[in-house]
Amino acid sequence: MKRHVLALAALAALGQGTAWAQDAAAEGIAKYREMLQDGNPAELFEMKGEELWKQKRGPKNVSLEQCDLGKGPGVLKGAFVELPRFFKDTGRVQDMESRLVTCMETLQGFNAAEIMKTPFGKGEMANLTALATYVATQSKGMRFALPYNTTEEKTMYEVGKRLFYMRGGTHDFSCASCHGQEGKRIRLQDLPDLTKNPGDGIGFAAWPAYRVSNSQMWGMQLRLNDCYRQQRFPEPKFGSDVTIALAVYMGVNAKGAESIVPSIKR
Amino acid sequence: MQKSTIATLLAAPVLVLGLSACVSSLPSAEYDRITAEVVKASFQDKGIAKVDRLVQDDANRECAAADVAGKPIDEKVAKAIEEAEMKTVKWPSDGKFLGDWKEGEKIAQSGRGLTWTDNEKTVNGGNCYNCHQITKEEISFGTLGPSLYNYGKLRGVSDPNSPASKAIVEYTWGKMWNSRAYNACSQMPRAGHKGILNEQQLKHVMALLLDPNSPVNK
Repeated sequence: MKRHVLALAALAALGQGTAWAQDAAAEGIAKYREMLQDGNPAELFEMKGEELWKQKRGPKNVSLEQCDLGKGPGVLKGAFVELPRFFKDTGRVQDMESRLVTCMETLQGFNAAEIMKTPFGKGEMANLTALATYVATQSKGMRFALPYNTTEEKTMYEVGKRLFYMRGGTHDFSCASCHGQEGKRIRLQDLPDLTKNPGDGIGFAAWPAYRVSNSQMWGMQLRLNDCYRQQRFPEPKFGSDVTIALAVYMGVNAKGAESIVPSIKR
Repeated sequence: MQKSTIATLLAAPVLVLGLSACVSSLPSAEYDRITAEVVKASFQDKGIAKVDRLVQDDANRECAAADVAGKPIDEKVAKAIEEAEMKTVKWPSDGKFLGDWKEGEKIAQSGRGLTWTDNEKTVNGGNCYNCHQITKEEISFGTLGPSLYNYGKLRGVSDPNSPASKAIVEYTWGKMWNSRAYNACSQMPRAGHKGILNEQQLKHVMALLLDPNSPVNK
């Protein structure tokens, strides 16, 4: 970790100055990220997720190895880059995290409602994030290709688009306030344009990610939750249709983007 | 697991229209209706951020609808929004527009307030640097809004109290109180109208932008 500290110190030293300093700071951040790629702590969550996947757990004492994430029971490779998708057995469009909850309930006997009410980073919710990291990592390097061939998915896309542009809260923000144009920044942070494919490993193709600033692993559910917090909106419930619809909107728009998950963020 | 609102909401129109199993589209208004139901079922109060924050006023509803349709808002609708929003602007109670630019800089730097992790006692910031360049010294600024560096200088404000500066001083106040009074679908928060910043705080930010001694105008 020593070199990470050094990189941060270098960034801090750049505090004063002009456009040159700003470019240098942005470059410093990029280098810092690059350095972290060789020792991404997300790997620890991935390993924990793999153990949880194979371990017999829950009231029924079975593993998740027969969980169907859309490509058949137990098929992990490529599952993540085709989610969210419509599932006949639940009658719902589901993202990776909500689908994992379904498997934890149906296969292992956990109480889904209880898991979804658990705060991020605690108990079974922390386990769920590790599982999501493991599952998503099996599609690393693959390109997003949601099936998007049912009426339910089409409806979710259209709902997601409307949610993306919905302005509200004390500040009249929508998702589009920050993510509706190309080449914009908030402070020094680059903002992906999520109305189209923002590029390989950017936006929808970058989560779950390890966040250096708070040493936490974040799935897309928490990423969306925190976006809404910053938008000054009330809280979207975990796995609610708002979160799924936005994921369908982003996922369909990201068609062809390469997943770099698990990625690393500031 | 929460039962699908989508499945139940879809059932009716599919039957009525007699659609087959293939992917089918609904009229846009139908998606609007489903979206409203989804919003109602999905959000919950958290801390000071209550679900009543999702109630749409005309300005937000019209601007969002134009965005979804992918075309600019109708000119007449835009004008009506701007007129209605202009009526909400409250001018300084003592007739003084400018406070202390040093306080204004602190407010411009702060992004705090009004999230569910804040509380009633949190002093709100203006979030200004998130989107705008302001002073030359602060290199960590966003680009969602235009640069405000040299804001007063570029507009020829050498004495903000002079009659020659009156129009730009008033415009700047009005823009910060309610940005939508001048641009129906502006992305800038309505800082005064929505109670994000109070009158005194707005005066300080005014000074940051317009005081000839502010680093903005150096």
